[in-house]
Amino acid sequence: MVSGTRRSAALRHWLATRERDGLAGPSPAGTRPRGASLVPPSSIAGRALAVIIAIMTFLGSLTVGSVDLVRTAAADWTSSIVREATIQVRPVPGRDLAADVTRATEIAVRFPGVADVSPYTAEETRRMLEPWLGTGLGAEDLPIPRLIVVKLADDRRTDMEAFRRALTAEVPSASLDDHRQWFDRLRAMARAVIVVGLVIVALMVAATGLSVVFATRAAVETNRPVVEVLHFVGARDAFIAAEFQRHFLWLALKGSLAGGLAALGAIMLSGLVAGRWRATAGGDQIEALFGSFALGITGYAAIAGLVVLVTAVAALTCRFTVMRTLGAID
Amino acid sequence: MVRFENVGLRYGLGPEVLKDLSFGIEPHSFQFLTGPSGAGKTSLLKLLFLSLRATRGIVTVFDHDTSRLSKDELSVLRRRIGIVFQDFRLLDHLTTYENVALPLRVLGKEEASYRSEVIDLLEWVGLGERIDAYPPILSGGEKQRAAIARAVIVRPEMLLADEPTGNVDPPLAKRLLRLFVELNRTGTAVLIATHDLSLLDQVEARQLVIREGSLTVTDPHHAEAGGW
Repeated sequence: MVSGTRRSAALRHWLATRERDGLAGPSPAGTRPRGASLVPPSSIAGRALAVIIAIMTFLGSLTVGSVDLVRTAAADWTSSIVREATIQVRPVPGRDLAADVTRATEIAVRFPGVADVSPYTAEETRRMLEPWLGTGLGAEDLPIPRLIVVKLADDRRTDMEAFRRALTAEVPSASLDDHRQWFDRLRAMARAVIVVGLVIVALMVAATGLSVVFATRAAVETNRPVVEVLHFVGARDAFIAAEFQRHFLWLALKGSLAGGLAALGAIMLSGLVAGRWRATAGGDQIEALFGSFALGITGYAAIAGLVVLVTAVAALTCRFTVMRTLGAID
Repeated sequence: MVRFENVGLRYGLGPEVLKDLSFGIEPHSFQFLTGPSGAGKTSLLKLLFLSLRATRGIVTVFDHDTSRLSKDELSVLRRRIGIVFQDFRLLDHLTTYENVALPLRVLGKEEASYRSEVIDLLEWVGLGERIDAYPPILSGGEKQRAAIARAVIVRPEMLLADEPTGNVDPPLAKRLLRLFVELNRTGTAVLIATHDLSLLDQVEARQLVIREGSLTVTDPHHAEAGGW
């Protein structure tokens, strides 16, 4: 403790050196006040909220990753399907099947936009049916249609209707399947999977937002005395909201990063497990359906985007909730 | 600076706790607010501090009709008023230094620009050794001094103090009163709500006496009562 005289001198010095106007003025642009958090971190149910956000982000990231796998696989299937067509030549009484196949092949080879034509020979057809009909069966005695695989050129569109007309005009027993129906179904299925995935992600983000709303309301109520003191020293609602927002932003960032990284780990682990199964029938089937369980750049970007989205939603929801709650406190 | 015109206040549908108050607080003035417990001192302080709105009459603070101001505008106006609460209202999770610096932080000031000023003021109120202490371990008197330091750190144009010497010993009470007088000399209008009659004897100042919601003004400089 200093003496009374020294203290009075110190006070006069303190009063004399104060710049009243400077203190009341706005803060310099680009500067931020620092110091301890004005909202006690222990007053916020932070760990529970961070875990909720991590779980939601994990599930959302898995969904986003799965949607990306399905989308990529569907794109691969459709790109190979649309570049192919199949001519089917049926055996018809009174017509020479082999001659019809040869004629259909000639028409296909000459048609504009066709890159390659591969007719299945009788032997190849028999081998293809072996899993179902067994060996030693006289396939020549059965009315089995013959197939011709037509590869379409990448760089030009083939007029499939004209192709079909040209084919049936000379070979009435031939039909052309451009896989359009299968392609449309596949595309519809892929879109449905993507839409359902996005809806699930939206619901998860909404659930995260609601969790933040409840946590924020509780935090504001718990910190009511702090809020009152901040009001008394001249803090605007936006300033107080920013203090709460800073906490929830950090919590959400920690939670969403943990959830996103865990999901990436789970997807990579699935890829490793699928790789070990590759030689098996089940593994090949899964690989045929979903590819190699490897996320593309869009998958990684989508998961990173989800982490940012969840963090932003949590921060903005917190700010909005604090502003509304403070608005109700008059 | 502050003008009350026929101001009344009631809580909800209850009776009027303040009735027809008409008075003013001039710049650079010094006054005490006294009266028995329950007479309405705290309610009047809340009106002065813009924490309550009058149910009738006109309250003008710094030339602003407070009934027309938004919540944010009231907050900005409050920055020009310092208040010392009877129950201190220090934030327990902040150090003494951080509590005192709080109004400056709310103003958006960089810590480097105010650190020495806050420490100087803490030295003056006798808390130089306690700048890193948290309120729960401060004594009542230390909390009181920290609360006063927080109220005066921005050199408010008006300082309201609710029983500022209620928790300190007489020598410290005298010193705190001297702080208020010094602040008043440098231009801050001061209003001290107190039961401590010895304080009233130490400073010749206007007295606002409130009884049963009605106000009487005694000004030793003008020797008149009941007016502005």
